[in-house]
Amino acid sequence: MLAIKTNNLTKKYKEKTVVNNLNLSVNKGEMYALLGVNGAGKSTTIKMLSCLIKPTDGNAELMGKSIIKDETAVKQIISVSPQETSVAPNLTVRENLEFIAGIFGFSKAEAKAKATKMIEDFDMADIEKSRAKTLSGGWQRRLSIAMALISEPEIVFLDEPTLGLDVLARRELWKHIEKLKGKITIILTTHYLEEAEALSDRIGIMAKGVLKAEGTANELKAKAGTEDFEEAFIRIAEDEV
Amino acid sequence: MRRTLVFAGRNTKEIIRDIFTLIFGILFPLVLLVLLSAINNSIPKEAGMSLFDINNLLPGVAVFGLSFISLFTATIVSKDRCTSFILRLFTSPLKPSQYIVGYTLPLIPISLMQTIVCYIAAFFMGLEYTPNIFPAILVNIPTAILYIALGLLCGTIFNDKMVGGVCGALLTNLSAWLSSTWFDIELIGGAFEKVANLLPFIHAVKAGRFALSGEFSEILPEILWVSGYALVIAVIAVVLFNYKMKQDK
Ligand SMILES: Nc1ncnc2c1ncn2[C@@H]1O[C@H](COP(=O)(O)OP(=O)(O)OP(=O)(O)O)[C@@H](O)[C@H]1O
Ligand SMILES: [Mg+2]
Repeated sequence: MLAIKTNNLTKKYKEKTVVNNLNLSVNKGEMYALLGVNGAGKSTTIKMLSCLIKPTDGNAELMGKSIIKDETAVKQIISVSPQETSVAPNLTVRENLEFIAGIFGFSKAEAKAKATKMIEDFDMADIEKSRAKTLSGGWQRRLSIAMALISEPEIVFLDEPTLGLDVLARRELWKHIEKLKGKITIILTTHYLEEAEALSDRIGIMAKGVLKAEGTANELKAKAGTEDFEEAFIRIAEDEV
Repeated sequence: MRRTLVFAGRNTKEIIRDIFTLIFGILFPLVLLVLLSAINNSIPKEAGMSLFDINNLLPGVAVFGLSFISLFTATIVSKDRCTSFILRLFTSPLKPSQYIVGYTLPLIPISLMQTIVCYIAAFFMGLEYTPNIFPAILVNIPTAILYIALGLLCGTIFNDKMVGGVCGALLTNLSAWLSSTWFDIELIGGAFEKVANLLPFIHAVKAGRFALSGEFSEILPEILWVSGYALVIAVIAVVLFNYKMKQDK
């Protein structure tokens, strides 16, 4: 079954086409990495799929629900970790987590239990009572991602989740993401190519709003005629294939 | 309903944990009250100057204090709007009406508390207990709603840096100068008095003064004036907020 299916999804700002007739299919439980240079349209695609902005043209269905017609239903099954860290500054780590669980409709007791689980999973026991604004950038980032997962979404969008994380924290997060594999559908953007290669089932490469190629890392390498994934990415993104 | 309350709870924490809330919301009005009472005590009785008598002063300072409620409202709304926190909220199942109620709700008890603190402090400055203080506190509720609506409006329009100037400086000063608290506007007269009478601030203060002195029949027109403004501004704020929410981010 398809978790995400976009149909000529397009976004224009004035005359500038930022996402151009995107046709993307992501299977349920799949981890799909969206790659592309700065300004390729990755975040804009995520924003459209998460109902933050309206497409200029085209449509998309998430678990069979239209992002245009069934906004509320879509919002209940997705969650997003935005490209910029996004936490409530004056709330503690635990309060941030319980807050998100609460606005997704979980009861107080459920929210508490889920927060406890997240704090455990993400090794945040030592900081659970610290206010978010006092955390380092990397810890805020982890909290931000934990907040995206606490609502038990069916589809989660992680926009550059490992941005600003140290090497250890990044590997740690990889482990969390790997545990989710197969259970929920994950769309991830990143500029760390080895991350996409290591984590994702399939990879899509965008350039100037267009999906240039998609497939497994090996398929993309074969397509570009190189053994090196970075080289393959460059060739595909620069239209040399 | 629970979602709205959860959001309101978060907003309450976000507001009261800000040290500025304490300083401006509670301490500043108290300092003014103390200062102006002290000035009043040093004015000889023969001067016949009653403006700073605690019965006149208190409703004025209470309204002035509420102008900071606008600042608190506007600050949280604009901060949420200007950071990516709004992206998280907007991809959650919260609806526009739940945002508005969630932002408004916490500020009603906060403003009531602020007024009550002012009244309690006034006892130490010579306010005599009469049952009238209860209606005097209650008539501040429409005023509080007016200031919350103004805050919602400013928070929707301005970014978090501009909000400090518009609500923190402009609105508080308007409330101060045009409310007949610091000086008697009737003595100035002319266009200034006309403008002041058209605006809601002086009526908010008068409602409190009438309530405190037990002239209950005079209260209604003043409250209606304030409520009218509160209603219109609330409607504008809600419409604009909804519009901004739908607008591309
Ligand atoms: N509100 C907007 N108005 C006009 N142009 C916009 C707007 N938002 C995004 N763009 C443009 O759309 C293009 C794609 O932006 P987007 O944020 O989707 O890129 P991205 O692939 O996520 O890049 P990055 O890797 O830097 O995060 C950019 O050229 C950007 O300037
Ligand atoms: Mg981006």
